[in-house]
Amino acid sequence: MLPQASTLAKNFDILFNNIFWFSLISFALVIGAMIYFAIRYHRTRRDPFKTPYITGHHLMEISVSVGLLIVVMVIFVWGWVDYKKLLKAPSDSLEIQVLAKQWFWEFQYPEGRKLTNELVVPLNQPVKLIMTSSDVIHSFFVPNFRVKQDVVPGQYTTLWFTATQLGEHSILCAEFCGTGHSKMLGMVKVVNAEEFQQWKKTTPSIPAVSKNPQEWGKELFSQKMCNTCHAITTQKLVGPGLFGIFGKEVELEGGKKVARDENYIRESLMQPQAKVVKGFPPAMPTFQGTLTDEEVNALIVYIKNLK
Amino acid sequence: MSHANYLEEGGFWSWFTTRDHKRIGVMYLLTNLIFLAIGGIFAILIRVELFSPGPLFSADVYNKFFTFHGAIMIFMFIIPVIPAALGNFFLPILIGAKDVAFPRLNLASYYIFVGGALLAALALVTGGVDTGWTFYTPYSIRTQTSVILVTLGVFVMGFSSILTGLNFMVTVHKLRAPGMTFHRMPLFVWAIYATAIIQVLATPVIGITTLLLVMERVLGIGFFDPQLGGDPILFQHFFWFYSHPAVYIMILPAMGIISEVITVFSRKHIFGYKAIAYSSLAIAFISFLVWGHHMFVSGESQWANFLFSLLTMLVAIPTAIKIFNWTATMYKGSIHLQTPMLYALSFIFLFTIGGLTGLFLAALSVDVHLHDTYFVVAHFHYVMMGGTVMGFLAGLHYWWPKMFGRMYPEILGKISWFFIFVGFNVTFLPQFYLGKLGMPRRYHEYAQNFTFLNQVSTVGSWLINVGFLLMFAYLIYSLFKGKKAENNPWGAKTLEWQLPSPPTMHNFDETPQVIEGPYQYGVLKS
Ligand code: HEC
Ligand SMILES: [Cu+2]
Ligand SMILES: [Cu+2]
Repeated sequence: MLPQASTLAKNFDILFNNIFWFSLISFALVIGAMIYFAIRYHRTRRDPFKTPYITGHHLMEISVSVGLLIVVMVIFVWGWVDYKKLLKAPSDSLEIQVLAKQWFWEFQYPEGRKLTNELVVPLNQPVKLIMTSSDVIHSFFVPNFRVKQDVVPGQYTTLWFTATQLGEHSILCAEFCGTGHSKMLGMVKVVNAEEFQQWKKTTPSIPAVSKNPQEWGKELFSQKMCNTCHAITTQKLVGPGLFGIFGKEVELEGGKKVARDENYIRESLMQPQAKVVKGFPPAMPTFQGTLTDEEVNALIVYIKNLK
Repeated sequence: MSHANYLEEGGFWSWFTTRDHKRIGVMYLLTNLIFLAIGGIFAILIRVELFSPGPLFSADVYNKFFTFHGAIMIFMFIIPVIPAALGNFFLPILIGAKDVAFPRLNLASYYIFVGGALLAALALVTGGVDTGWTFYTPYSIRTQTSVILVTLGVFVMGFSSILTGLNFMVTVHKLRAPGMTFHRMPLFVWAIYATAIIQVLATPVIGITTLLLVMERVLGIGFFDPQLGGDPILFQHFFWFYSHPAVYIMILPAMGIISEVITVFSRKHIFGYKAIAYSSLAIAFISFLVWGHHMFVSGESQWANFLFSLLTMLVAIPTAIKIFNWTATMYKGSIHLQTPMLYALSFIFLFTIGGLTGLFLAALSVDVHLHDTYFVVAHFHYVMMGGTVMGFLAGLHYWWPKMFGRMYPEILGKISWFFIFVGFNVTFLPQFYLGKLGMPRRYHEYAQNFTFLNQVSTVGSWLINVGFLLMFAYLIYSLFKGKKAENNPWGAKTLEWQLPSPPTMHNFDETPQVIEGPYQYGVLKS
């Protein structure tokens, strides 16, 4: 049996078991009838020229259909309700960036700590992963948590869980991604809150190679000349001021409103013409090819924290 | 008998230029069976690798194995085998016609199929492909393997499928014998007709998609690779927009065969003729609206998921009606458990499991965990092999005497059925459990705790293999030494059984007059 190591794992098991029992009973009915008929009406017991002329029975067909319709609608609604819970991360989640590469996982914590193939999280603390891939599609899968989400290059997808069991839970890649697909394994290490604090102290935010994303973002913001067009206040220059924009809605040319999330900012950098903010010229240059995925992530963290 | 039968008329060369639907059907059958054998060899190799958790072949080699297994079985065996082989042979006869509407086009689509298949097979010898049969981008854009050859092959074979579908649709509309109203058509014809609609409407999409993929690889135009400004998820939408309906291209014709075989071997009128006939059309229709259920965890919007999950649930209803009606047909019948019937009953057994496990995958929250695991692998093998292949084998044995004028050996038929049926369950039942435990698909190596179930599964694949080898052997044997078949060895009522076995070149010497439906068994009639 698979451990139920997250708050939502139980939901999966309950619905799975219910569908299982429903299936088993329907299977037994259909196949039971089939085998019974095959024996009871075997030709050694029945004259082949004296079978009754039965062409159907509408009422039976309709009742089977309606009965089944009710059952599948119950399953559908149930699946949907549980699925909604998998989508909405609590607002106090610990946010961790995930970068999938052929063939390993890189986890980056808010303070800049980076881990490879190991994700350390505190027990009973909601964790939200903001994931992207630097090459092909991967899929982040933790069977013990019953969660899975494809990790797509050029986009951000998210996944959240609250671990309820201490110890190690394997991370697998579920989308075929090439030679190392079945070796793209990681581990979620669930520890107590105190241990987590301890771990933070003893694992410094690996300064030399990778910088704290927020500071790096700040550097990039002037290095890449964003500041020529954007103020970090609410003031308008060529482009909108970026203070406090993250998470808020914005009205676009043409009147449509969109929420400014990670994908939106990424798109503003890569395809600035795709969504132009109302009242501004489409003057923002594309940074496709000039910014690496890590740099985009750093800029996003920086902009997120302008508040 | 004034005419020679269709097998004997003309010399060897006359086969290659034939416009006779029966001969084209036989040529398809042979071609498809060859691909079945090749695809089967890859299946065995996959299972041999998975016998132990560690590597036996290298990962790259293994990845090619499962890609070839999937691509060959789907595009070169399961999609064409029932419509193009058995359908070609029997559809015109079943409606009292002398041939399909466009015999030359029919031959052309055979050669197009062979051309496409050869293109794809060329990839085998030029390094292989390792993308899986789904060719997901951007992996398929970046891998060094021969993606272009295979996708071009799929593109070309698509034309063959479209032309065959078109041909069958026109044939059904235009060439029915006098008195053969739509509601007197055998259910196999209805099924092939519904299939033809999907072939014509859905196949162009896979054609365009593979072409875009080739253009992206060759010319660097960014459709799907984000590095070139494309969207990888768009590919999945395009791909499944074809490939989900294609699942019904594969299963509907098999359902048609089951309707024929169950009635004949129960000596009963079909239970709920219209419900079965129209549920084929209903399935064909809904099949266009559910492709997104392959993408629940791709990052697709939640409302898209809402709709796709809802619509997918609806497919259960026409499907269940069919299963219910087939079972009900046996009620108070006189059941003959010959090989075709054993396969038909196996179909009901296995396809019911396949269908019910589909409910797990259609439920959004449950799919999140099961998606891309062995649960899915088991599910679609229950549907495709437990469904389509069992249906095909039922049809192959049922019509074998008509096609070749010889009986297959009944006892060997049953022994081979036993190996295939038992072997199938031994192979694939454990895979449901593996998937639930979280073993992802397309895994070259796996964790120790999955070893036992994988070994059971591998042993099962050997049993299946024994069954198929035996079948190939006795079928070939029966071609030469089999007992001569009577015109109507099963006592069936459909038109093909009124012809000699094997039929003459022109099928009917006189156009038949149809005065009643195809399933008039029982005391009150006849
Ligand atoms: C040549 C001027 C220019 C430069 C340089 C520039 N931008 Fe912009 N940016 C704009 C304009 C104009 C808009 C508003 C029109 C639009 O949405 O495309 C904009 C929009 C944006 C938005 C969306 C703002 C909102 O209110 O929704 C973000 C985020 C952004 N830019 C980030 C950046 C970052 C980060 C950089 C540096 C890597 C950068 N920009 C460089 C001109 C510029
Ligand atoms: Cu992978
Ligand atoms: Cu599908």
